[in-house]
Amino acid sequence: MTDTFKMDEAQPRLLDETRQGVIGTPMDRPEGKLKVSGRAPYAAEIALDGMVHGVLVRATITRGQITAIDETSIHDTPGLLGVFHGEHFVRNPAQGMAAESPEQPGTRIDYHGQPIALVVAKTFEAARDGAHKLKISYKPDDSVDVDPQTASNVVSKDDDAVIIGDVDSAMARADASVDLQFTTPGQVAAAMEPHAAIAQWQGDQLLLHGSLQMLRFNKRELADAVGIDPENVRILSPYIGGGFGSKLGIGAEAVSAALASRALGCPVRVVMARQTVFDAVLRRTETSQRVRFAATKEGKLTAIAHDDTVSNLSDEGFAEPVSTASQFLYGAENMHFLQKVAQIHRTPAGSVRAPGEAVGMLAFEAGLDELAEKLDICPVQLRLNNLPERHPATDQAFSARALAQALREGAQQFGWSERQPTASRREGDWYIGMGMASAARSNMLVPSAARVTLEADRIVVETDMTDIGTGSYAILGQIAAEMLGLPTEKVVVRLGDTDLPGASGSGGSFGASSAGSAVYLAAKKLREELAHSLGCAAEELTLQDGMARGANHEKSFAELLPNPIMAEGAIEGGKTADEYFSAGFGAHFCEVAVHAWTGETRVRRMLGVFGMGRVLNEKTARSQAVGGMIWGVGAALTEELSHDPRTGHIVSRDLANYHVPAHADIPRQMDVVFLEERDDQANPMQTKGIGELGISGAGAAVVNAIHNACGVRIYDFPATPDKVIAGLEALGR
Amino acid sequence: MKTELKVNGQLHTLDHDPRMTLLDALRDDLHLTGTKKGCDHGQCGACTVLLDGRRINACLTLAAMHDGCEITTIEGLGEPENLSALQTAFVSKDGYQCGYCTPGQIMSATGMMDEVRAGDPSHVSTDLSGDVPFDDAEIAERMSGNLCRCSAYPFIREAIAMAAEVKK
Amino acid sequence: MKSFDYIRAESLSDASKAMGDGAQLIAGGTNLLDLMKLQIMSPDRVIDITRLPGLSDVAPYKDGVKIGALVSNSDLAADPKIKALYPVLTRAIVAGASGQIRNKASTGGNLLQRTRCPYFYDTSMACNKRAPGTGCSAHGGAGRMLAILGTSDDCMAAHPSDMAVALRALEAHVEITSANGETREVGLDTLYRLPGDRPDLETTLAEGEIITAVILPAPVKGSVQSYRKVRDRASYAFALVSVAAVVTMDGDKIDTASLAFGGVGVRPWKDAQVDALLHGQTPDQALFAKAADRLLAQAKPHPEAEFKRPLVKRALIAALREATGLAPATAGTDKTRDAV
Repeated sequence: MTDTFKMDEAQPRLLDETRQGVIGTPMDRPEGKLKVSGRAPYAAEIALDGMVHGVLVRATITRGQITAIDETSIHDTPGLLGVFHGEHFVRNPAQGMAAESPEQPGTRIDYHGQPIALVVAKTFEAARDGAHKLKISYKPDDSVDVDPQTASNVVSKDDDAVIIGDVDSAMARADASVDLQFTTPGQVAAAMEPHAAIAQWQGDQLLLHGSLQMLRFNKRELADAVGIDPENVRILSPYIGGGFGSKLGIGAEAVSAALASRALGCPVRVVMARQTVFDAVLRRTETSQRVRFAATKEGKLTAIAHDDTVSNLSDEGFAEPVSTASQFLYGAENMHFLQKVAQIHRTPAGSVRAPGEAVGMLAFEAGLDELAEKLDICPVQLRLNNLPERHPATDQAFSARALAQALREGAQQFGWSERQPTASRREGDWYIGMGMASAARSNMLVPSAARVTLEADRIVVETDMTDIGTGSYAILGQIAAEMLGLPTEKVVVRLGDTDLPGASGSGGSFGASSAGSAVYLAAKKLREELAHSLGCAAEELTLQDGMARGANHEKSFAELLPNPIMAEGAIEGGKTADEYFSAGFGAHFCEVAVHAWTGETRVRRMLGVFGMGRVLNEKTARSQAVGGMIWGVGAALTEELSHDPRTGHIVSRDLANYHVPAHADIPRQMDVVFLEERDDQANPMQTKGIGELGISGAGAAVVNAIHNACGVRIYDFPATPDKVIAGLEALGR
Repeated sequence: MKTELKVNGQLHTLDHDPRMTLLDALRDDLHLTGTKKGCDHGQCGACTVLLDGRRINACLTLAAMHDGCEITTIEGLGEPENLSALQTAFVSKDGYQCGYCTPGQIMSATGMMDEVRAGDPSHVSTDLSGDVPFDDAEIAERMSGNLCRCSAYPFIREAIAMAAEVKK
Repeated sequence: MKSFDYIRAESLSDASKAMGDGAQLIAGGTNLLDLMKLQIMSPDRVIDITRLPGLSDVAPYKDGVKIGALVSNSDLAADPKIKALYPVLTRAIVAGASGQIRNKASTGGNLLQRTRCPYFYDTSMACNKRAPGTGCSAHGGAGRMLAILGTSDDCMAAHPSDMAVALRALEAHVEITSANGETREVGLDTLYRLPGDRPDLETTLAEGEIITAVILPAPVKGSVQSYRKVRDRASYAFALVSVAAVVTMDGDKIDTASLAFGGVGVRPWKDAQVDALLHGQTPDQALFAKAADRLLAQAKPHPEAEFKRPLVKRALIAALREATGLAPATAGTDKTRDAV
């Protein structure tokens, strides 16, 4: 074990002093060559002797009991090895950081599509056929709420409400106000790699090749679900084909593979069919949101209110934190934030990239655009007018906050001054318009540990941190190389193995800062050791290209290090998180074309300007930011889960019917500017997360641009052609 | 049943269930796992391979139907230390994040570039009579059968444009 | 996927003979395998016809062109004769699916692809098309993608093809070969049945009959052809609505107009009254709106598909504005050339 550094006060900006010159550089991903040549092995791709195949079976009622699973109904399936179900089966994936098994409902069905059994056979083809034919009898429960609009149980989260002043009277007194109702549909992560697991047992030891984001937690979740000691579980997850929150916790694929493998004594592979991923993985809730703003005619906000209703199964603790960013982006004397949760029987809801901001800011920032129109004030200026001194709800001081700078620089670089009055710019049959929105996403530090070993010509970084496409392999290597003075190609980064020191995992945009700080702290210890060996103070030490210098001494690593040296670093949040509120901030600008006849919207260009602390790798950070912005485009224009109104089951349960953006939806010009910033209160590296900041607010910039283009406001997301033409027709266009 | 496939220049004889798709044959029988399974229904493009030189979804065809055919997978395009121009461009432009759709994107781009050279029209081609410009709108439309949820689209297309320049 | 016997047909008569109860032809397979994996279709025998000779050419035929049933969608779209003389067909094909799918999908298979109605695709739900007599879950269900024309109480599923919409505008026929080698040619209106009370019966093909070719009539000289598709994303999505138009002008009046519609019909939709209404008229927006109203006179949308009325009207106006020269042509609208 190791001592844990607590982030109690701002730390010196050491990474601005080090000499290797690799931190922040746009280094190619070290694992890139494996990925582009098809050699990076993902969970389902481990070749094991004697491996057999399992296919999950779903419930086809919404609520009730399983009365029988008739295994004889598929006894003629060639190579059938077994049908697995029962008390250990999990209903849905664990919520992020649960560290315990998700609900194990036995024979109870809580939603249509719930995984209830696993059919295992020698071949995938046989298992798939068996899973389809398996006869299951149910006793359905007739009373089922599947629609949040009509749900009988709606819980008001009064204890979490933030109520300051009196919004109603401020609205009544205001020079201008808006009171708007928005809806957003359910969404899904739709990571390209379906959830997959291969389980194998050696005695009482379970080894799971999984596709999981947070291994430290996943290990305990899996152990709890299967009923064994966490020490007997090892999970390997070196490559993950996208997560976006959908692989935060272990789910039916991992648990069922482990159960079947234990019973059969051979490795079992379970890969969810894409339809199963839709049915049985946590979705993002649909929301209904009421957004209210009141302002003086000069554009000073006097009231901000953002109330919402989300949904989930009654016993899932998660509720999408819709108004998180709305509580601190702007200030007003009167504020109101209240959430209600409708208890319904749909596929349960959980974290999908930027839970809260991703859908909350769609409505909030679109509502502010409408207020700006009413006030006849530039939307950029309206935002600049209303930046609060301190977090309005918690009274914390802001740490680094680049919102004003992002708004100003973004407007300037985008050419915002060229924006024309509503519906006045045409190119042929296309209306052209510009829109903007703020970006904000709270920043966190999650306990993390890492081990770094320094040899004369090599650094080894080890942690159970994952890389879900975010660039962990790249940035952890860069941190170690920068701190220890070797070129990045001399660094080996080992991730995704629960036998390694436990890190935050990937989620909540905290991975780079949390796991990165652990690597930083481990390397810092090694620097101290090197300084001691060299005979200088740690503050005097410089390391570069395998040479240590300080206090007029100079030695090569080869001389200093007859044996490798190793250190573990560990970090957790401390007092700075109480005193300061840390968040990434930014601004989105978007230009769209809207077809005057058909209502099709095409994004022509976008710009995101972000202040996210120190950038660790300019290339992977840019990819994260642009990826998030494109998710914003999807939320604004194309993505929608539709549910059957009777059973609640997901009707659009494949990638043909759930429309994630395709190449043609996205312009080449997706520009990103990172503002030079250090967040001293965040962590010793002065970094913040970027994985979710890009999505937060992006979709609002798109719909605000639609309004500027053609005069249509979108209150029911996404802005598909049917909704845009309805708006055009209402305007007589 | 038995099927003979020539994959990346090498002849393989498979003994398989008639139901086996070309994709499962590549991944599970031949252990060529570079070809990915994202949806198994032709809705994502992660399984794109070249069949007799043309890009197809390996998930939507039976191995049995391709007895004697030539298949090229991502493994046949280049090796980690000997990458094709397109693969190199994907690395330097960061034309991926998680990497799961990447082999499909690269195989699709390989086939797509030949289709453009042959003058095959696309949905965005303004003129059906002439040559097809190799511009971003054409690349974007033609690559739309390859979803990337990490949303590396602009960088994927930069990589394709870069590789096309190298080829010229 | 249920177990099946795989049979590779060496000749057309081989294939015909192997057909019958529980048998299914496979060519491109891009829809069939999709359906078989979900056990929406579960044939006992799968007859591979991809190696049949003589069905892979696009060749002159009478005054027009004959397209072999095995010609891939990509090859058909890129064929010089098609691009020059029947550009709406090229445009419709490249507006559908993806490059990979078009490389594999066949002409005959495209015509015979099944609806993408989500209830047809979900075996836990009742569907008269998939399981006759079980009911139609789309009633009272999610219905945004459903047809609004030609529907019955038993089925509202839309036909998903883009290519077939262009073929209807071009008044194409299909050549059907029977087990004894005889051929017949029928129009697409005859090929496709309306659902009525038997939505499972989608075509008038008899047992053992195989679509062996699509026949295009003589090209419409001097025509402007247009395919306008509106979908939920910019590419790689099924039509909300689509309009195929083949228009000739006589001075500033419309001489002939042949229109067909996708996304709105239980089959690729054509309405002779719409064409007749346009004939001899001076093109303007009011005329186009009237044509759309005629088209929609019998429409019966599911509440969630109500938007297809205004959308198809607006798409029709957009398409005809370009086809008649009221607006500059954009990608999707082409003037036919006189020769290849």
